[in-house]
Amino acid sequence: MTAVSDTIDQVKGLTDQKYKYGFVTEIESETAPKGLNEDVVRFISARKAEPEWLLDWRLRAYRHWLTMVEPGWAKVSYPPIDYQDAFYYSAPKTKAGPKSLDEVDPELLRTYEKLGIPLKEQELLAGVEPRIAVDAVFDSVSVATTFKAKLEEKGIIFCPISEAVANHPDLVRRYLGSVVPYSDNFFATLNSAVFTDGSFVYIPKGVRCPMELSTYFRINAANTGQFERTLIIADDDSVVSYLEGCTAPKRDENQLHAAVVELVALDRAQIKYSTVQNWYPGDEQGRGGIYNFVTKRGACRGVASKISWTQVETGSAITWKYPSCILQGDDSVGEFYSVAITNHHQQADTGTKMIHIGRNTRSTIVSKGISAGQAQNTYRGQVKILPKATGARNHTQCDSLLIGDRCGAHTVPYIESRNRTARVEHEATTAKISEDQLFYCRQRGLSAEDAVSLIVNGFCKEVLKELPMEFAVEAQKLVGISLEGSVG
Amino acid sequence: MLEITNLHASVGDRPILKGIDLSVQAGQVHAIMGPNGSGKSTLSYILAGREGYTITEGAVTLDGRDLLAQAPEERAASGVFLAFQYPVEIPGVSNATFLKAALNGVRRRRGEKELDAMEFLKLTRVKCRQLGMTDEMLKRAVNVGFSGGEKKRNEVLQMALLDPRLAVLDETDSGLDIDALRIVADGVNALRGPDRAMLVITHYQRLLSYIVPDRVHVLAHGRIQRSGGKELALELEARGYAEFGVDEAA
Repeated sequence: MTAVSDTIDQVKGLTDQKYKYGFVTEIESETAPKGLNEDVVRFISARKAEPEWLLDWRLRAYRHWLTMVEPGWAKVSYPPIDYQDAFYYSAPKTKAGPKSLDEVDPELLRTYEKLGIPLKEQELLAGVEPRIAVDAVFDSVSVATTFKAKLEEKGIIFCPISEAVANHPDLVRRYLGSVVPYSDNFFATLNSAVFTDGSFVYIPKGVRCPMELSTYFRINAANTGQFERTLIIADDDSVVSYLEGCTAPKRDENQLHAAVVELVALDRAQIKYSTVQNWYPGDEQGRGGIYNFVTKRGACRGVASKISWTQVETGSAITWKYPSCILQGDDSVGEFYSVAITNHHQQADTGTKMIHIGRNTRSTIVSKGISAGQAQNTYRGQVKILPKATGARNHTQCDSLLIGDRCGAHTVPYIESRNRTARVEHEATTAKISEDQLFYCRQRGLSAEDAVSLIVNGFCKEVLKELPMEFAVEAQKLVGISLEGSVG
Repeated sequence: MLEITNLHASVGDRPILKGIDLSVQAGQVHAIMGPNGSGKSTLSYILAGREGYTITEGAVTLDGRDLLAQAPEERAASGVFLAFQYPVEIPGVSNATFLKAALNGVRRRRGEKELDAMEFLKLTRVKCRQLGMTDEMLKRAVNVGFSGGEKKRNEVLQMALLDPRLAVLDETDSGLDIDALRIVADGVNALRGPDRAMLVITHYQRLLSYIVPDRVHVLAHGRIQRSGGKELALELEARGYAEFGVDEAA
C-alpha cells in the first residue's frame, strides 16, 4: 500500500487538533540581555567559550549587518521588525553541557517525546536497528544528540556545531561561511553574528552514512529569535541523508527564525537534505506565527557530486527561503523538490537558485504550491548558466493549486543563460480543486476535508515520494492538517 | 426501498424536475429513458446530493430515511452509489488509495470496523475476480489516462467494492463501443441482487438489451410520462420520443 493511503486515516485521527505542537514547556532558561549590540555578540561567543577567530568572524558579520537593509523584493508583507526587541540567546539552564542523555533535563525529554521525537536511544536499541540519529535543538541550544558512538565507528562526525568548534576547529574554520559568506544577505549576516547552535556533520571519504541524520528544532521561549547554523560536509565518494523538522508553541506575537544551512559536497559525494517545516503558522486571523527567513545553500564542489533539497513547507506566518545549489564541479547535479502549503493568512515566497558553473551540470526543479484561505504563495526561482557551463541542462516544473477564490499563486522564474549549448526548460501550471473532483470523492464516501487532503496529496506526490520513509508519513499528515477549514 | 414523491427541483429560477413519482423495490432494476434535457442527469445528481439544485417540493427516502437531508458522503454511507457519466480524474492518487479511503469513510460512518491494507487487498481481489477484471487498474491514478471503457469499468469496480443499496447508473453506455458495453453490462449484471435496487439512466435502448430492466420509465419535460415493462424500451427505440412532444431532430 502506498504511503499516501495512510493519509486519510491519520487526518481522521487528528481532526480538531489544529496545531498540536502549540504547547509551551516550563523550563528555567538563561537568556542574554534583550536587544542586539556588540556586547550581546560577545556574550554569546563567551557562553560558548569560542576561539578568538570565531568571535572576530561574528563581529565582522555584526558590523557588516549594521550597514545592510532588510530585503524588500519578496512578495510578502509584514510590519517592520524591531531587532532590539528580541532576545538573541536563550538556553535551558543546566550545570555543564549534558554528557549523556541521562543528564538531560527530563522535562526536555518529555517535550521531545510529546513532539514524537525519540531521544532515548536505549529504547530504540533494545528493539530494532536504528534508522535515525537525532540532534535536538531547544531554543538556541543543542540538547541531545543520539547514536553518536555508533556513527563514530565509521568516522562520521554528528554533533552540535558549538561542540565541533571545540573538537574539530580545522574543519569548521575551513568550511564555515564558505558557501554562505557572512556578508551574504541581511538575514544570513544577522545569523553569522548571533548564531547559537545547530548541527555539524562530516562524512569521511568513501563512507555511506548508515542511518538518517536528523535535527529537530524547537523554539520554546517567548520573544526569542532562533538562529541556528548547520554545516554538512560530505567528503569524496560519501553519501548522507539529513532530515530537519521544526515546531514552535502558539504565541500571539511573531517570532523570528533566521537560520543558515551550508552544504559542501566534494568529488562524487551525495547529500540529500529534507525538511518538514511546521513552525507555528499563526491563527486563522493571521495573528502570531513564525517569520521564517532562512538561507540554505549547497556547493557541489566536486566532480559528479550531487545535492538534493526536498522541502515540505506547511508552517510559518511568512516563509522566505530559497535552498540553492552552486554546481561548480563538472557533471554535478542539483535537485530541488518543494511543496509549499499556505492557508488562512500565511505568506510564502520560496523557490531555489541553480547556478551552473561546471560543464555538463544538471538541475531539476519541481515545485508544488498550494494556496487556500487568503494566503499568498509565490515560487521564485533562478536558473543561471555561466559561460563555462557547456552542456548544462535544467528542467523546471512549477505547479500551483488554488483552493477557494481569495488566495493567490504566483510564479516568478529568472532564467539567465550565457552558454549557447545549455538547455533550460520551464513548465508551469495553475489549477483549482474542481467541484467535480470534490463531489466525486464525497459521493464515494469521503468527507470534504478528507477529499481535499487526498487530492492535494496526489498533487504533491512527485515531491513527497522524494522524502525518506520516516518523514513521508508525517508530511502527508501535515498536508491534510494544514488545509483544515479550507473547504465547506 | 427508494421512494421519490412529487419531486420538484430547479437550477436557479429554471424548474427542471416538475413532480416525479417513483418507487423502486429491492432487487429491482428500473430504467429511466428520455431525450436530452429531460432532467435525467439532474435526477441522478439530486439523488447523490450534488450542490447547485434547489428542491422546491417533494421528498426522497431510502429505506424510509430522508435522503435529501443528508450530505453526499452521508448518502454514500446510507448506500447510494452514482456511476458517473463522466468519471473524474484525480492525478497522483491511485485507485487503491482512493477506494480504501472511500470504503473506510463509509464504514466509519456506519460504525463498522475499518479495513487495514491487507483486508482491503483481499476484498479487492475477490471483487475483481467476481467481475472478471484484473487488479491492474487499482494501481493506476484514478481515471487518469483511462479509455472510455476503462473509466466505466472502474465505476463498476468501485460499485462492487462499496456494495451499495441503491446504484444509479448515469448514461453508463455513453462513449462505449459494443465490446466495452458488453463488459460493463456483464459487470453490472453480476452486481444485481435481491438486496439492491438499480436505476439505469439512458438515452438509448441498446444498454437495456444487456441490462434487462424490470420497469422502464420515460422522463420528458421534467415528469415521468409513461411507465411499462422492458418492451417499452423497444417501442421507444422504434418510435423515438416524438409522442412526448420532443423533436429529436431539432
